[in-house]
Amino acid sequence: MISAQVQTAAYLFASILFILSLGGLSSQESAKRGVIYGIIGMAIAILSTVFGENVEGYVYILIAFLVASVIGIIVARKVEMTSMPELVAILHSFVGLAAVLVGYGSYLDEHTIHLTGADRTIHLVEIFIGVFIGAITFTGSIVAWGKLQGTIRSKPLLYPGRHVVNIILVLTAIALGVMFGRADGTEAMMELYIMTAIALFIGVMLVMAIGGADMPVVVSMLNSYSGWAAAAAGFMLGNDLLIVTGALVGSSGAILSIIMCEAMNRSFLSVIFGGFGEVAQGNTVIEGEVTAATHEEVAEMLQEAESVVIVPGYGMAVAKAQYPIFDLVEKLRSKGKSVRFAIHPVAGRLPGHMNVLLAEANVPYDIVLEMDEINPDLPETDLVMVIGANDIVNPGAQDDASSPIYGMPVIEVWKAKKVIVMKRSMAAGYAGVENPLFYKENTDMLYGDAKATVDQLNANLLK
Amino acid sequence: MKVGIPKELLATELRVAATPKTVARLQKQGFEVYLEKGAGIKSGYSDEAFEHAGVHMVGSAKELYASIDLVLKVQAPTPDEIDLMKENTVCLSYLWPAQNPDLLEKLAAKRINAIAMDAIPRISRAQKMDVLSSMANIAGYRAVIEAANHFGRFLNGQITAAGKVDPAKVLVVGAGVAGLAAIGTAKSLGAIVRAFDTRKEVAEQIQSMGAQFLTVEIDEDGSTESGYSKVMSQAFIDAEMELFLEQAKEVDIIITTAQIPGKQAPKLILDYHVAAMKPGSVIVDLAASTGGNCVYTKNEEVVTTDNGVIILGKLDQLPTQASQLYGNNLCHLLDDMGKAENFHIDMNDDVVRRAMVTYDGKVNWPPEPLSVTVAKPKTDTAPAKPIISDAEKAKKKATGTLVWLGVIGVFLFLLGKVAPADFMGHFTVFVLAVFVGWQVIWNVTHALHTPLMAVTNAISGIIIIGGLLQVANDLSSPMTILALIAVFVASINIVGGFFVTHRMLKMFRK
Repeated sequence: MISAQVQTAAYLFASILFILSLGGLSSQESAKRGVIYGIIGMAIAILSTVFGENVEGYVYILIAFLVASVIGIIVARKVEMTSMPELVAILHSFVGLAAVLVGYGSYLDEHTIHLTGADRTIHLVEIFIGVFIGAITFTGSIVAWGKLQGTIRSKPLLYPGRHVVNIILVLTAIALGVMFGRADGTEAMMELYIMTAIALFIGVMLVMAIGGADMPVVVSMLNSYSGWAAAAAGFMLGNDLLIVTGALVGSSGAILSIIMCEAMNRSFLSVIFGGFGEVAQGNTVIEGEVTAATHEEVAEMLQEAESVVIVPGYGMAVAKAQYPIFDLVEKLRSKGKSVRFAIHPVAGRLPGHMNVLLAEANVPYDIVLEMDEINPDLPETDLVMVIGANDIVNPGAQDDASSPIYGMPVIEVWKAKKVIVMKRSMAAGYAGVENPLFYKENTDMLYGDAKATVDQLNANLLK
Repeated sequence: MKVGIPKELLATELRVAATPKTVARLQKQGFEVYLEKGAGIKSGYSDEAFEHAGVHMVGSAKELYASIDLVLKVQAPTPDEIDLMKENTVCLSYLWPAQNPDLLEKLAAKRINAIAMDAIPRISRAQKMDVLSSMANIAGYRAVIEAANHFGRFLNGQITAAGKVDPAKVLVVGAGVAGLAAIGTAKSLGAIVRAFDTRKEVAEQIQSMGAQFLTVEIDEDGSTESGYSKVMSQAFIDAEMELFLEQAKEVDIIITTAQIPGKQAPKLILDYHVAAMKPGSVIVDLAASTGGNCVYTKNEEVVTTDNGVIILGKLDQLPTQASQLYGNNLCHLLDDMGKAENFHIDMNDDVVRRAMVTYDGKVNWPPEPLSVTVAKPKTDTAPAKPIISDAEKAKKKATGTLVWLGVIGVFLFLLGKVAPADFMGHFTVFVLAVFVGWQVIWNVTHALHTPLMAVTNAISGIIIIGGLLQVANDLSSPMTILALIAVFVASINIVGGFFVTHRMLKMFRK
């Protein structure tokens, strides 16, 4: 049994370790150390809580923790890097669920029922807000998970007047909150239930309205929500460690959302309220002809090129083409060619998704560059290979004011001497926008599944 | 198809339209190559080198013209040469169609299909065949070298045991291809370089080459749709002259490159500018062939004025290199026209239509205009956006921040009035933590965003503490059951999150 002061000190130490853990992610070298800090911090936090005052039922806790750990390890070991977005989404939903449960528990807690006056009001407001955010996070993340899995169609679900419905729902929730605050003891269970149901519904509708290409923003946003939910739980329990950790996670998710939105040149609100992909098509007539190349031709171009830049997109992840791509890169590098990767901030379904996939396939991270780093070099590049990406290399974003993605920062591949676009067919990208890149003189298409195509290129290069 | 390269007749023309290297490319394209003996001597390519490359050597121009379908030349053909050509021969050379209407008539009368290499439009696709650009690049380089040769001092600044030497100051007027090449060369020799251009859009290019962009305080943009500059208003020209006078007093070398297609070069450096320059200063006039930018310039001559300013109106062409680049430009054009087996003249092709100044017995000049300025979409019809200067923006931002701070202050004050002390303590921690998080997360590298999400996932499992505090020994209490479920899911989060982060980070390798 440790005293409350020692427990506070332990919490403070854990907070510092968490901050160091996030700070460690500023570079690849320090990141591994960062995770260790995080694990130590978490261990200290849990142990100091368990051995503190007011904790009973050790057996149940131990059983729950052990079973959960086994499940956690199995999932974490088995998950494919391509399905990282799904894992992240479902883990978010757990935090949301836990926040809701802790909120209910706190409402039923006998220790807090005796609070009076402002203390009680504030406590109830905290519970109410905590449960509200937690419930939205819970269902929102489940829908996001479904969409990423493909069990729920990724097209945005939009119905007329949805903004009005949402506003009415939020107002009702606030009214319920007022009634909840005025009730005595635990009499207001009903209001809490109804509000929870409303919040669950809002969570579903919020994510249903968002299209597939905006998933990175949604996942970051839910990441942020899960943090705020934890912070709210901290307020209701009067626990500073929860508040600090929740605030850290909350601002982390918020920053990621901002970065993603900037990378798509869209305001945060327009993403949240959805409807991308349904906008009117730009009425630009694209001139020129689409030319296709064969595997042999592309292999020859690779032989001749001095500098190659590869731009991967979600299509690479779907086809799991990162392994043959690594083989290809190794072959080209062994011939003394400069080969680099260019990553757009929103490539994939999760911030930084492409980097993880390439790392998984053993690609050294110092040849994986960001959009801003690579753009100035593209005019001197001999050959660009676009693999399973579309909107992020669309020149219309720069020079066609009528394009729905006009103004979005893109990788300027068309400035290179030659561009090869690997694609399954001529279909438009997630934004539903035609891509004038395909019609450019220096662009050739190479149709087919990304993995099979790269395999063939590898075979042709051997000859 | 048979391609022929005759000897250039003009005595001052040192270039040749093919080199052994470009000949190899032509052969790869499927052409049979014929060359007049001695054609490459002046540019440093011997007959043996060509023979070695598999070229058929021909003794005289007459013989050559009689056997070929395609002529590659540098200078425009003379009337005598045209007489030697077969009908329907395709001829690639400089022609200056705007200045030489008689020559075009003559070519058309002989049914020669002539391509003016100097009329290749300046669109992105045609850059690889743009001889004006490739030759201007050489001229810009050479301008600096010649200037340095006539200038009696170092270009770079030095501090030696014998004393300190100031770097030379170079002014480049006109930042086209030649101007930019001159900037780069002068800069790498250590001079202080300034550049002037009427087109505001080139400011960035000038700065990227390491020069200072000079401009006048009149808002007028000299860009046109053809990619060249337009003639400016009188007020602009007055301000420009004023600027040049100021610069003339200071700089040691002036390189002028201003040319207007089909017209006399504008006179930019006037007598009082030259008079203001220090003795020993050098002016290199790259527009000498079209009249010169300086009033004292004489084409193909070096003039020294009374006050000792040297004005160069002629430049060595670096014929070896120039021939190679020119030959490459020709190869690219032939590549585009279908190489040997599919060779055809496609008058629907933007490049061919505009450069093909005589075709099928008719003169095809001047062609209709073609727009090449890429960047901005036209906004003529749309109302112009209000332009807010940076200073105003900063001011607006500052007021915005002030207003926000005020609102936050009032909010905190009101909160402090009603909230209990306990809550305020937690609230302080919360706000500070948000700020810390904000600072820390911006430093996270983009490449690690996925691990960041996984690790924040794991640590947001800290909500387990909420559950731990609520678990009681009594399993029948609803609170305990809820709390246990919370502990359970949060544990999955913690263990799974940390584990998967660790797994991901292990994969990142250098």
